[in-house]
Amino acid sequence: MGVAVRLCGVSKSFGNFSANSNISLSVEEGTIHALVGENGAGKSTLTKIIYGMLQPTKGEVFIQGNQVRYTSPRDAISAGIGMVHQHFMLIPTLSVAENIMLGNEHAGLLQRLPYARIKDLIQTHSRDFGLQVDPDALVESLSVGEEQRVEILKLLFRNASIMIFDEPTAVLTPLETEKLFATLKSLRDKGKTIILITHKLDEVLSVADTISVMRKGEIIGTVPASSVTKPELAMMMVGRSVLLRVTNPPQSAGEAILNIKDLGYSTQRGEEKLRHLNLNVRAGEIYGIAGVEGNGQAELLQVLYGLTPDGTVLSGEVTLKGQSLFGKNPAEITSMGISLTPENRLRHAVIVDFTVSENLLFGRHREQSFHRGIGFDEESLQRYALEKVAEYDIKCTSPSSQPLSSLSGGNQQKIVLARELSRPDISLLILAQPTRGVDIGAIETIHHKIIDARSKGIAILLISSELEEIIALSTRIGCLYKGNLLHEFAHEEVALKRNSELEFKKEIGLYIT
Amino acid sequence: MTRKSAQFLIPVLSILSALAVSSLIILIAGRDPIMIFQKMLYATLGSGYGIGQVLFRMSSLIFVGLAVALPFQVKLFNIGAEGQLQMGSFAAAMTGAMLPATLSSFAAIPICILAAMAAGACWALVAGVLKVRFGVNEVIATIMLNFIAQGITGYMLTYHFAMPSTVHTAPVIDSATIPAWSTITGIFAKSPVNLSTLLAPCIALLFWVILFRSRFGYEMRATGLQPDAARYGGIHAGMHMLAAMGIGGAAAGLGAANIVLGHKHFYEAGMTGGMGFTGIAVALLAGAHPLWILLSAFFFGILEYGGLTVNAYIPKDIFMMIEAITILLVITFSALGKRIQH
Repeated sequence: MGVAVRLCGVSKSFGNFSANSNISLSVEEGTIHALVGENGAGKSTLTKIIYGMLQPTKGEVFIQGNQVRYTSPRDAISAGIGMVHQHFMLIPTLSVAENIMLGNEHAGLLQRLPYARIKDLIQTHSRDFGLQVDPDALVESLSVGEEQRVEILKLLFRNASIMIFDEPTAVLTPLETEKLFATLKSLRDKGKTIILITHKLDEVLSVADTISVMRKGEIIGTVPASSVTKPELAMMMVGRSVLLRVTNPPQSAGEAILNIKDLGYSTQRGEEKLRHLNLNVRAGEIYGIAGVEGNGQAELLQVLYGLTPDGTVLSGEVTLKGQSLFGKNPAEITSMGISLTPENRLRHAVIVDFTVSENLLFGRHREQSFHRGIGFDEESLQRYALEKVAEYDIKCTSPSSQPLSSLSGGNQQKIVLARELSRPDISLLILAQPTRGVDIGAIETIHHKIIDARSKGIAILLISSELEEIIALSTRIGCLYKGNLLHEFAHEEVALKRNSELEFKKEIGLYIT
Repeated sequence: MTRKSAQFLIPVLSILSALAVSSLIILIAGRDPIMIFQKMLYATLGSGYGIGQVLFRMSSLIFVGLAVALPFQVKLFNIGAEGQLQMGSFAAAMTGAMLPATLSSFAAIPICILAAMAAGACWALVAGVLKVRFGVNEVIATIMLNFIAQGITGYMLTYHFAMPSTVHTAPVIDSATIPAWSTITGIFAKSPVNLSTLLAPCIALLFWVILFRSRFGYEMRATGLQPDAARYGGIHAGMHMLAAMGIGGAAAGLGAANIVLGHKHFYEAGMTGGMGFTGIAVALLAGAHPLWILLSAFFFGILEYGGLTVNAYIPKDIFMMIEAITILLVITFSALGKRIQH
């Protein structure tokens, strides 16, 4: 087997910041080679260099033995390199077949497009690689998993032999992830070379042949997947040993804070999103809701935070310490002592053009302690910001002048959690996907803070699609499927089963699919 | 390029290139650009009267600039400052003319100013309500409202309130006029600049404090940047859009007070002379920042009055082009600046 991609002493710097320094790497042909590392470790920069989107400041790049110096992705594509970006590059209003052809139509300006060829191709590939998708369907009607298949088909249509996947599982359900991995393995078996960027260690260990770990712009090591364990990888990534599972000391829960009784939710068009949902969250416990995304989590969050769209019909009741939440707006709900960390933090929980300090204030800007006269109390604000920056190890130089957009994703997430977890007088904390997109080093900190909040007697509702997280943190676990809680694991059951995680995962899996 | 230097460089570059392009146009028109600019500079800044004229226009431009800038902070493009200015002018003139002549200045001036502000605010709020309640695009709404304001004031003037054989309303009572600097101190000889010149920077400062120091402004800016996130933060986005439009319209009303109470003392057809549209340019050149608007209004004040003074040498149309070209260049340069920063 030859070497598909070889990098020799590649460096890339942006101004004073060195994103990649002196990287040497060989990717064998016909293998799945994973690049792992925390946010900002330089994985994306490295792949952008291979894909021709960035030019290295120093060093040499060899593709299939030839030294190359690409100036644009166009060069890379014609050399047989393809990339599936984290955010898909598809046109929603065109059909699958049209999207696959786009930019490579194989037809003159006024000629008929080769629809028949595309359909043949899709059929062959769906058989060989498990890439089923209807060529005539509009892309906007597809699920995320199907859209990803279209992206892969695009690469196959262009005869790419080296395929780069940037965080491909970030948007997939567990089932879709499994399917994707089967596809990747069959592509490898047909001789394709796959470069996989991810930060999920379980996935890497189950699908990759070789793993390169990056940290602070350097390659720390390259190891065969069969000879390494998860804690070892985590340690290479972070540079210190990491607790992958926080200790979760038992705690007796208090009275029920949040009561949801027989909750029903139907949209304006009459779709039933939640049916007869019953649950309660007690003070000092973490109630975990396990479930594949799209089974009613988003709707439950809307109800709890007063953001249901006009025309939604609700039934049953939702009360916080006996007070109904129906008909209240977010400001009223916040003042009742509920804090929400929404799932899509960049869109809903922060203002990216505001400074770090302003974002630490966002949503809490009505609290009297931050006010003085008609304006804000700059002094106490500054003190609070610096305290949180230190406490959560947020990497930023000047909280009061640096815009949030200049921070890495993981640090932005930490700002939201720092703000929400430190709200005074909260009785219910709602956390939706609290560690999505966060580095494993930071996950440890965040999990500790969540357990601390629980120990202080706060009721916590945790919604996460990461079963590991649910198992590690929850006092009780409810399994959400199609808008209904199919099963609830009691306190003792969770404590007991936590020790055999794999089996517990499988058991939960039965109730959520 | 850092954020700060870009903020400064972009307007400067756009003004310089606008001057270059306009020199070229003047050359093509067969005149000497240096001579024209010299004459203009002398006529505007070379005498007390000239400076007074510039300051008078600058004051109105600060107000209408703020009328555009505040809605801009919540991502609403208020094209309707002209209509708000017209309604404000008409309201100020009518109120001033109807007040009993015995009323003291301390009551008459505030009443007239409030009337102008209320009229401007109401007119802007029509567009605001259409936007928030029904999702009507505010650009289209404000343009239409400009036509309607023109129609209302024109009809009312011509058919009901014009003094016989004139095109203006009855003058406001003496005590409702805002005194000119020249009558009090003798400086700015006989130019229309009046005491509202003092008010303009104060209002700009007030807007800055509200926007960048108060909770209200914090919520308003958040609404403008990310309306979805604002909702999660418990901020009532619709309320802030209405507030921005309303306060903006009221600022346009202050501009009207400067013209009616400070200078003309009556309402006359075409007296606003498109100043509301120049306000858009003022706000854009300043990047919708209340304090930069002071400088930007000064620049456009020179341009507006300077265009009049060199009328004998070069048609005013050329100066309309210069203004428009400056706006286009500002937009182009700020787009370029954003691209460089990213």
